[in-house]
Amino acid sequence: MSTWATAPTQEKTLTFVLVGNPNCGKSTLFNALTGMRQKVGNYPGVTVEKKVGEFFSLHGQPMQIIDLPGAYSLSPRSPDEAITRDVLLGRLGDMTRPDRIVCVVDASNLERNLFLVTQILDLGVPTMLALNMIDLAQSKGISIDAAALSQELGIPVVACQAHKKIGVTELRQAMSKERLPHPVRRWRLQPEMEKAVNELSARLAEERGEEPSRLFAEALIILVGEKSGNDSELSPPVRQLAQGLRRELEEQGLDCHEAIVASRYQYAQEVCERVVRTGPVGEEDPSDKLDAVLTHPIWGWTIFLGLMSLMFFAIFTLATYPMDWVDGGFGALANAVKKAMPAGDLRDLITDGVIAGVGGVLVFLPQILILFFFIGLLEDTGYMARAAFIMDRIMSRVGLHGKSFIPLLSSYACAIPGIMATRTIENPKDRLVTILVAPLMSCSARLPVYTLMIATLLPAKTVPALQKAGIMMALYVVGTAIAFFFAWLFKKTIMHSETPVLIMELPPYRRPSLRAVAMQMIHRSKLFVKRAGTVILGLSILLWFLAAYPKIDGADASSQLAQSFAGKAGHAIEPLIKPLGFDWKIGIGLIGSFAAREVFVSTMSVVYNVEATDDTSVPLREAMLQEKWPDGSPVFTPLVCVTLMVFYVLAMQCISTVVVVRRETNSWRWPLFQIAYMTGTAYLACLLVYQGGKMLGL
Amino acid sequence: MSAVHLLSELSVGTEAEIRGFHPDCKEVKRLREMGLLPGTKVKLIRWAPLGDPLEIKIRGYNLSLRKHEAEHVEVIVAAPS
Repeated sequence: MSTWATAPTQEKTLTFVLVGNPNCGKSTLFNALTGMRQKVGNYPGVTVEKKVGEFFSLHGQPMQIIDLPGAYSLSPRSPDEAITRDVLLGRLGDMTRPDRIVCVVDASNLERNLFLVTQILDLGVPTMLALNMIDLAQSKGISIDAAALSQELGIPVVACQAHKKIGVTELRQAMSKERLPHPVRRWRLQPEMEKAVNELSARLAEERGEEPSRLFAEALIILVGEKSGNDSELSPPVRQLAQGLRRELEEQGLDCHEAIVASRYQYAQEVCERVVRTGPVGEEDPSDKLDAVLTHPIWGWTIFLGLMSLMFFAIFTLATYPMDWVDGGFGALANAVKKAMPAGDLRDLITDGVIAGVGGVLVFLPQILILFFFIGLLEDTGYMARAAFIMDRIMSRVGLHGKSFIPLLSSYACAIPGIMATRTIENPKDRLVTILVAPLMSCSARLPVYTLMIATLLPAKTVPALQKAGIMMALYVVGTAIAFFFAWLFKKTIMHSETPVLIMELPPYRRPSLRAVAMQMIHRSKLFVKRAGTVILGLSILLWFLAAYPKIDGADASSQLAQSFAGKAGHAIEPLIKPLGFDWKIGIGLIGSFAAREVFVSTMSVVYNVEATDDTSVPLREAMLQEKWPDGSPVFTPLVCVTLMVFYVLAMQCISTVVVVRRETNSWRWPLFQIAYMTGTAYLACLLVYQGGKMLGL
Repeated sequence: MSAVHLLSELSVGTEAEIRGFHPDCKEVKRLREMGLLPGTKVKLIRWAPLGDPLEIKIRGYNLSLRKHEAEHVEVIVAAPS
């Protein structure tokens, strides 16, 4: 980047950053500006998502824009907010200060949004204000004079509705201007405070050879004693001066933090008085009317449960059609390859390794898409915060935050998007606990196993569907209860910390934009495919290899598998799993499904040499029921079926999750711990169930 | 006449003015930055269905916090004149 600094301005790609409070429509605006020209990565060393997009100025010049995490203040309370602060101050690794800032505010809530704006303007970087959600403000009876606001703040102000793409061209126009004013601080502190901050910024300026006015913002941060990116780099004289000034002010009865915040709000209030016009008083806020129902003790729960049921109904029923198409498509593709290529290892690698692997991931895509669609819809309407509001009491019982609810809920579809959704949780310990227990929520990959085992347990056609559904429900309940138990246990022990504070905005409800929701859904799903897909592909190739080698001439599929590496491993672990009632063939299934649970069904089909790989297939069920121990007793007694189900509820059998946890926690320590505690618990629970059941004579 | 109360003691629908924070309050900074400053008007909107957290209206927006935090916020309720 440094080479660009000397290049003439016209040739340099300008870097913009998009800053704003959470819920101000920042990401929608980002999408409206950049369309699909976005890249999602991580900031160095942390797992905060870095969204960079490209767009063109009205003169056709490419410009870069970074969507910074939402922040209420530049004094960070979460890793997300710390990133925003560090990027703005140019303190993050080799990222230079942004050239320009686009500050997004929610017009319906201008006063509080202006608090952050005053902090941004202190930075002295050319800034423009996107006055977003003017439609929402109007519905609340609020109108804002954008020209007057621009006059007050001394920066360009563009009114817009990012959802409907209104005002986006005007914003682009403002962003394309060759010259933009450097903002000047308009708010004032008490005289004593002013004096102290000026003294500190003068000292900083002296030390760094920069303009003192540019260092005002930093001097404020140092004065209140906030930790910042390179705090340790503060020179001893600066640190001493700051401490001395703080003590002096405290002796005069001034709390630095309170004085600064109060002065900013004082200014924000004055600006609002001059530019905001509120409609007739007494008119009730439409959001408050909705909330009276949606957070009502009876209706609130009814609607909440209704919405959740609808979501799961969609995930588990609607998704089956596209899932069948994906399944069928990959099956057809594999068959076509089988016909086109001569038999051999390469063909098997392609059909059983690559195609099966890619298909294994993509088959879950319809469910993931539906899940992300619902989550996006709930977020976009503002309902998500209400869900956290009504669930917080329950979550705080086990030491978690209302915000942990959505990640855990998402994990019923798949733990990966659930774990990715934990990024909104501020406290790292709470986030980690949520990540650790998320895979205990029964995900959709367990369904084929559950279905097969229930069918084996209750083979009679006369068994009422309700009974089967009851068992299925019980499996979900057991998983959830154990997840909550471990969350509680971890919060009491290894992750000991107080129940996280909840200081959460309840944003006004708004009509969702399907376009915005759809885009969000596509972006998140892409991330899922990228993260899960690559690993599953690699592993399914490895598993194929383990099951296909060493080659035995003339053996059928079943005996080939029995003598392969995987089969040998099954024999090897038999002593370990025998106390659970499992034989070596089940052992092969367990090993085969270590990477992904649903593989259990197809592995068992190969083990018992049955053709169909469908979980409802009668042949597989029959074969399993006829399976005998060497002494002639049946392997799949009802007790073994139950034990096996318990194992799949609890064990960590998903390499994609392991890899995502490794990425999200930046170390192998937590995913390995997760495998150990989950699979360990699974083993003990199975031992208890099987041995206990045998003692009871089952 | 006016009386000093805790934010958590307000009855639903009551408006009050913030007086200050209890010294034990660990979240003073965040609460201030969210606009809870001495002299600011605040209204208790509702309690969550399970009795915690609560929802307040302040500076024209809605904020939820738990009883535990609300117990650290002192407010002045103006007596009806």
